Amino acid sequence: MPMQWIETFVFLAWLAGAAAFVLGLHRMNSPATARGGNRLSAAGMAVAVLATLVHVGTRPEGLGTTPVAIIGIGFLIGGGLGLLMARTVKMTAMPQLVSLFNAVGGGAAALVAIDDYIRVLGTPEETVSTAIFVVLGVAIGCVTFTGSLVASAKLQGLIPGRPIVLPGGRGLTIALAVLALLGTVALVLGAGGAIQLAPAVKLFVLGAIIAAGLLFGVTMVLPIGGADMPVVISLLNSFTGTAAAMAGFVINNPVLIIAGALVGAAGGILTKLMADAMNRSLVNIVAGGLGGGEGTVGGGPEGPGGAVREIGPDDVAIQLAYASSVIVVPGYGLAVAQAQHAVRELAELLEARGVDVKYAIHPVAGRMPGHMNVLLAEANVPYPLLKEMDDINPEFERADVVLVVGANDVTNPAARSNPSSPIYGMPILDVDKAKSIVVIKRSMGRGYAGIDNELYTNPKTGMLFADAKDGLASLVAAVKAV
Amino acid sequence: MNQELLSSLAIFVLAVLVGFEVISKVPATLHTPLMSGANSIHGIVLVGAILIAAEADNPVSYGLAFVAVVFGAANVVGGYVVTDRMLQMFKRRPAAAKPATEGGGGSDAARPG
Repeated sequence: MPMQWIETFVFLAWLAGAAAFVLGLHRMNSPATARGGNRLSAAGMAVAVLATLVHVGTRPEGLGTTPVAIIGIGFLIGGGLGLLMARTVKMTAMPQLVSLFNAVGGGAAALVAIDDYIRVLGTPEETVSTAIFVVLGVAIGCVTFTGSLVASAKLQGLIPGRPIVLPGGRGLTIALAVLALLGTVALVLGAGGAIQLAPAVKLFVLGAIIAAGLLFGVTMVLPIGGADMPVVISLLNSFTGTAAAMAGFVINNPVLIIAGALVGAAGGILTKLMADAMNRSLVNIVAGGLGGGEGTVGGGPEGPGGAVREIGPDDVAIQLAYASSVIVVPGYGLAVAQAQHAVRELAELLEARGVDVKYAIHPVAGRMPGHMNVLLAEANVPYPLLKEMDDINPEFERADVVLVVGANDVTNPAARSNPSSPIYGMPILDVDKAKSIVVIKRSMGRGYAGIDNELYTNPKTGMLFADAKDGLASLVAAVKAV
Repeated sequence: MNQELLSSLAIFVLAVLVGFEVISKVPATLHTPLMSGANSIHGIVLVGAILIAAEADNPVSYGLAFVAVVFGAANVVGGYVVTDRMLQMFKRRPAAAKPATEGGGGSDAARPG
């Protein structure tokens, strides 16, 4: 029976795709195998999609021209846009693009669940379990759709990164959750026959759940500060995986269930790793707290000195050129100024003079864990020079000069010493232990956490007020002239 | 509860456990590419979108399926390409062999597998 063979082949191909996702994700644990892992995962996706095309192309009912056009044109448009954005995005803007892709993934999961619900409505297929999975898929998918869009817009600067607290926002969020929950109960009871609802009423209830989910995504992410955005994106990524798995239950497809559950769980672990790196609990983040700035901590000068010492590029150049060990601490300021090439140029100049240069990478430097490594690698900074926090922290006290470029909160000693600080307990780079510290910064403005940094008033610290790129360029010129 | 649903639930639970295990020991360097890689995998909803598109027989379903296919395809194609671009940055360069103190050990261990 060829028909059965085809069905078996399709199922086995889906299984092969799912296995490739697991193996590919596992290979992404190590830098040496990561790229191959991603390609293995992509190959699994290609196999799964091709098998699905075979599946729908050989279905006994046949395939109309409209569905063929929908699949073909839809794929060309969506795939083309995705390809274009992925290839043209600047590496600094990559976190918001990932968030955007996450948004559309969640949206697709919600749409699949909505469509299937409309199809089974009023038929014997409308069971209690279907209703549960539809509602879960729709609610989670809608939350992740708008939530990821807001997160992306915050990182892109379309919406201010600071926490936006709407009047009554917390109450609205809770009301929306209650509304979605009531809707869920109604649809599940309706499907079970416990209460009688007309199909039109059920559709209306589903519409209310969709609206509540979409609004919930906005009210959930708006009050969260930009500093916590990586964790939020990771959390929403995990949500999308779960939504995809729910959609898999709805349309009864094993590869959706496996891949969705895999991403839901792996994304959850990743979210926890990121939150741990910032010493933040997920509950704290989602409840929206840190980042308000004004009034959270006493703005009084708690640093030992109080006054800020400004320093010029020529003085810094002399310090750097005659040092034996320099540690560079890159931060988001370096990323936005696209200064990764400038910092590499400076480091190479110093190395040519026999200075030992290393880079100290805080786990959340940049906007995402690992973001800074990607940026520096793009600028051809040798991978072995990038040191993770635990490896480099003991070395700061032996360093002659630490050059902080556009990093702020991750160097704030208040995280170690001031229990009333909102970032107290966050692991930081022990920059203040170095013999001399130079901070390149545009102004005395606060970091993403919205608090003062007592490192800047430390007598050992000199402030070079400049954009990261201009500051580094002036240092390169000055070191050449030394 | 029918048999199909029960086996689907079993698959779901096992896949969740696999997901917990598969990325437990990752260097922070790879967190962002890993998130992006996981992000591409949930693009598997494209399969769901194709399946509902095949079933579609009215304008509402056509519309929903079309948007779902566009979204799913963008997620899959864009996700894998941007992840590959990130990981491309980690490839070793011959120029990286510099007289650093621990350079020797690093470049040996860094041979691509």
